[in-house]
Amino acid sequence: MSVTLQNVTRSVDGIPTIRDVTLTLERGTLSVLLGPTLSGKTSIMRLLAGLDKPTTGRVLVDDKDVTGFDVRQRSVAMVYQQFINYPSLTVYENIASPLRVQGKPRLEIEKRVQEAAKLLKLEPYLNRMPLQLSGGQQQRTAIARALVKGADLVLLDEPLANLDYKLREELRTELPRIFEASGAIFVYATTEPSEALLLGGNTVCMWEGQVLQAGETPRVYRHPDTLRVAQVFSDPPLNIVGIEKRNGSVQYAGGVQAPASGLYAGLGDGSYRVGFRAHQLEVANGVAGRHAFQATVTVTEITGSESFVHLNRDASNWVAVLHGVHEFPPGHVLDAALDPNNVFVFDTAGRLVAAPSAM
Amino acid sequence: MARIDLVDLAHSYGGNAAAPESFALKPVSMTWRQGGAYALLGPSGCGKTTLLNLISGIVTPSRGQILFDGVDITPLSTQKRNIAQVFQFPVIYDTMTVGQNLAFPLKNRGVPKGEIDARVAEIARLLDLTPFLDRKATRLTADAKQKISLGRGLVRSDVAAVLFDEPLTVIDPELKWQLRSKLKALHRELDLTMIYVTHDQTEALTFADTVVVMHDGRVVQSGTPAELFDKPAHTFVGYFIGSPGMNIVPAEVRGREARIDGHTIALDRSYDALPPGAKIEVGVRPEFVDVAPPAPGLLSANIERIDDLGRIRFARVRIGDAKFAAKVPPGFSIADSTAGLVFDPSHVHVYADSLLVEGKA
Repeated sequence: MSVTLQNVTRSVDGIPTIRDVTLTLERGTLSVLLGPTLSGKTSIMRLLAGLDKPTTGRVLVDDKDVTGFDVRQRSVAMVYQQFINYPSLTVYENIASPLRVQGKPRLEIEKRVQEAAKLLKLEPYLNRMPLQLSGGQQQRTAIARALVKGADLVLLDEPLANLDYKLREELRTELPRIFEASGAIFVYATTEPSEALLLGGNTVCMWEGQVLQAGETPRVYRHPDTLRVAQVFSDPPLNIVGIEKRNGSVQYAGGVQAPASGLYAGLGDGSYRVGFRAHQLEVANGVAGRHAFQATVTVTEITGSESFVHLNRDASNWVAVLHGVHEFPPGHVLDAALDPNNVFVFDTAGRLVAAPSAM
Repeated sequence: MARIDLVDLAHSYGGNAAAPESFALKPVSMTWRQGGAYALLGPSGCGKTTLLNLISGIVTPSRGQILFDGVDITPLSTQKRNIAQVFQFPVIYDTMTVGQNLAFPLKNRGVPKGEIDARVAEIARLLDLTPFLDRKATRLTADAKQKISLGRGLVRSDVAAVLFDEPLTVIDPELKWQLRSKLKALHRELDLTMIYVTHDQTEALTFADTVVVMHDGRVVQSGTPAELFDKPAHTFVGYFIGSPGMNIVPAEVRGREARIDGHTIALDRSYDALPPGAKIEVGVRPEFVDVAPPAPGLLSANIERIDDLGRIRFARVRIGDAKFAAKVPPGFSIADSTAGLVFDPSHVHVYADSLLVEGKA
């Protein structure tokens, strides 16, 4: 089975929320909708579910037009950011509820609830009421109910956003296994690049109601088509600097000149924007083949395993990440360096023209 | 600003007669220095919000005292404690301009107009709100409103402390980076005692000089981010700090050796007098274990999955029944489902009944 949005546009009160989106989702795949708040993730899910109708364009299921079909006629399950369970029913009955609505035989209900409970580690809590559970257990109950329904399309809208950090981490590592076991079409919305990377599958990068890029998650991360995709898919935020290439050398904005080595060698003369993630900015000097900068430390954030050094250079703010504990006082002038083989180069329209070769 | 002392402070919502184990906050004594940046970190239900509410005066302790600069303020109301608070959701007046919102806490206390203007201008500058000072707050985004809330919390220079309760929960990741580094810079410029409650380790570790980790109503460790990372005093700290958390596996420890799943690994220090009958475990962070091709002399493990986090890769493996995470060195390709594990002995810790044991050199 597959679901397709074909040239879908949706406007609310004349304001476009979704702009010409074409997207196909296949059975047994997980697609992460990645984008900031208001980029259209929830709108896409509502269109896929049939909760909203497109203003123009079509929704196809296996090439059959279902644009006019109501949500009740589609095979969809949805999990929201807020945990939604029936407070007066036990965890068991919460998970069983879609099967009871479908009129399934008692033995089948028993079997499927137990399977889902096992998958989501809810077996010890089946007789409890939802409000006696932790947030993570409540959300696992909601996910179990969505899975047990056997829907063709399972939509999860920032399902971990309201959970504690560690619970998020645990559920994130469990979810890919749960998705694999179910075989449905999964769609998962998040604002966090790290979540997309951990979940794997495909990433659909969204911005202002448009799909900027869709593809296998590591591919989108390592080969962003545009500067905007690289920005949406970077945490810490992407570092950016303008360059001019002329006569075999590059001039960085703010006055550093270097030979046009590495990825710069293949560029035609002209202006470009160079993007690099925090881990691509090295704190070092005198390394052969690197392009050296001086930048002023504004803040150092230490997580123990890593130190994030916020830098100011020529009116732009950069972040570098270093392994281990490194404390630099504010105002300290630091030697930073870029490997000309390890940057993303975009043209003035923001299109990718050079990227590091795959690791 | 003030130094804050907690003296044998404890609280039970069931009253002082409740069983000691049921206390939401078990007895704690500690000192928070004047001008420090502190984070209270722990999962929901660990007691961090109870502790914050005791300091702000929303909750009166079942037992113990809170001193501000040596003065017992335990019986005082929130208003009389002279503290500022910032909450999870923006609390601002929609009908006022941004500038009026920032000025409100000062105006309320009858601060002279010249002083108010100067302070509001300073705070607006620090938070990049200067261009919006004359705008009505109602038309701003949630992010901008939360920035104003932060500004209102910081605008008074005479407060004993500023308390933040999960202030960045509703903020998008990119802006979180900006606001977090902004808060840290503000702390340095304004010289205020700040206490920041969160369940998010990144927020806690990046904001605070001293992180107070809570678990089950107890303070299990208080230290710098580097101390919590390098030397967790309790297995809970090892698990909770770091992503993935510390690997903690049952072991038999003798002298300078630990036996894990029938295999011996070397330790940097000597452990001779472990408490008899205690549950002995070894803890090592995934960052200090590398996967390598299987080889004699290496602990072998089954690889279940590789997590590619972009700048680092972790292998999820199993040692016997225990789950374990280890770093995949750059350029290392996994050919097999079995791998050898290479430990960095200087980062392998020993725990007895969940508490760190200091070995001998």
